[in-house]
Amino acid sequence: MPDANSLYGPLDPAPDAGWTDAQPRMGFFTDTSVCIGCKACEVACKEWNDVPGSGLDLLGMSYDNTGALTANSWRHVAFVEQPRPAAPAADAPGSSVAGPQFLGMPGARPPGRGTGAETRSDFRWLMMSDVCKHCTHAACLDVCPTGSLFRTEFGTVVVQEDICNGCGYCIPACPYGVIDQRKGDGRAWKCTLCYDRLGAGGTPACAQACPTESIQYGPLDELRERAAHRVATLHERGVPQARLYGHDPTDGVGGDGAFFLLLDDPEVYGLPPDPVVTTRDLPRMWKRAGLAALAMAAAAVAAFVGGSS
Amino acid sequence: MSAPHRPVGDRFRRYRSGRGGGEQLTVPPAEFTSYYGRPILKPPVWKWDIAAYLFTGGLAAGSSLLAAGGQLTGRPALRRAGRVTSLAAVTASAYFLVNDLGRPARFHHMLRVAKPTSPMSVGTWILTVFGPAAGVAAVAEAAPWLPERGVLGVGRRLLPAAGRAAGLVAAATAPALATYTGVLLAGTAVPSWHEAYPELPTIFAGSALASGAGVGLLAAPCAQAGPARRMAVAGAALELWGAHRVETRLGLLSEPYRTGVPGRLLRAGRTLTAAGVLGALVGRRSRLLSGLSGAALLAASVATRFGIFHGGVASARDPKYTVVPQRARVDRRAAGS
Repeated sequence: MPDANSLYGPLDPAPDAGWTDAQPRMGFFTDTSVCIGCKACEVACKEWNDVPGSGLDLLGMSYDNTGALTANSWRHVAFVEQPRPAAPAADAPGSSVAGPQFLGMPGARPPGRGTGAETRSDFRWLMMSDVCKHCTHAACLDVCPTGSLFRTEFGTVVVQEDICNGCGYCIPACPYGVIDQRKGDGRAWKCTLCYDRLGAGGTPACAQACPTESIQYGPLDELRERAAHRVATLHERGVPQARLYGHDPTDGVGGDGAFFLLLDDPEVYGLPPDPVVTTRDLPRMWKRAGLAALAMAAAAVAAFVGGSS
Repeated sequence: MSAPHRPVGDRFRRYRSGRGGGEQLTVPPAEFTSYYGRPILKPPVWKWDIAAYLFTGGLAAGSSLLAAGGQLTGRPALRRAGRVTSLAAVTASAYFLVNDLGRPARFHHMLRVAKPTSPMSVGTWILTVFGPAAGVAAVAEAAPWLPERGVLGVGRRLLPAAGRAAGLVAAATAPALATYTGVLLAGTAVPSWHEAYPELPTIFAGSALASGAGVGLLAAPCAQAGPARRMAVAGAALELWGAHRVETRLGLLSEPYRTGVPGRLLRAGRTLTAAGVLGALVGRRSRLLSGLSGAALLAASVATRFGIFHGGVASARDPKYTVVPQRARVDRRAAGS
């Protein structure tokens, strides 16, 4: 008997998927406040998972030339350049000077660390390593018509490439725009949370390669606790913008297996502000289709029995 | 955090619009933030095959209902045209669906599972029942051409009964075939498809009825075409009502259905539907006018399907349609708590 929350609401996904020997749910906590944008995660992921290169593609917008999570990029480091006060501005809004600013000579310590938040310049960089969210309610998995996508014993979501027939349904179903079709191959690909390494008790390649522990891997419960502490610490240290994203089991996707600490609104990083799994509305959708089907049948019957000609 | 700042990606967005997309916005540009104007969602990778399938699948459903009606009420012209069209349309559907796969040779992997949470899986099984039934019904129309003796003579005697049974099975499955595609599109994160979930099955049911009626008007003599005319009226009413709702009810998410190519397609669909219904009613005694009306209804169905398809794709390509409604939801919740 499926759980009442099988389509929506808080849930432990692995037992719900039928695992009798489910492992603790594993995931990522990506703390963007310590990300330095080195892209070691992108490289390590490509190396370990043998993800093909996508060629030299200079996007001309920032240091980000990956652009987005795609079939050939399972980690994506976003670079946001913001001409705005780094600290909650004491000065009046709009007084910040646009245009190039002297950021000071490079020193051993981050700008503003020694002199206090109020002397920081009005320019900041946000960096974030994005990844598949391994949702509690994964739309890609729900709508997959071949059973290629499946829920692992660790609660993660993985594509079986020997089953996928490239129908493409998972791709517009993902509320985060993560899973993607590989050109020339036809199948759908995304982060597996290094299922092969997990099975052997290892750490996913990206987390292993991350030099600042921006990407942390572990049991989800533990990560959520650690993340709450980190947010509290940042708030204490004068970074009130710090907030968690995807950590809440009561959100539209039942919480993410890979969640984030962000320093601005999610849409600034290219994340949806309030994603909802499409299958939440599935019972209502089928009901509407049923009503439309009945109307159609009734119209056909009426067309033949009514009237004289 | 409320300090005003230029939205990230503003420069990129202006650069894009500077190339002159020719799009006329009917609502003022919404204020929103995005990552360099890049889409959040991945737009569907489905090629035009899927839009074409929406039409051929609906046509197969509508014409099999027409055929069953003709079969049960003694209108052989409607029965014959309906059955033959239904088989042709469902064959085209199978081609489009397999051709669109990234790995067409693996089409049979669809038959590994039956998943009620996957509208595509449900649709696969609906087609698996409908297709063979429509096939047998259409083949049965060839019975009179078979010789009266020998093995084929047995076929000549058995086929009509098999055709009658198969025709009824196809007709019983037809409403599901015509409407599940609404759930197929709505069961995605594509904003203008998902939020249109109450209307999409109705639009597609109406469009299927109208296209089936179009076949009847094209193929049947005026004396037998009465039911097709009434089917055209009912189908057009459902289609026009549904399309009007998605073009007006969804606020910002209605915009992709009113602007650009999808807007033009849906307007063309509306005009052709109105013309088709009018012609069907006025041209009751004219075979030519009836035929033209039938063709207009078929063309209307094509235009509507492509319009709905491309409207959704447009809503996935622009981060505005993802961010603005979700941000409004978050702000409403924050204001409420």
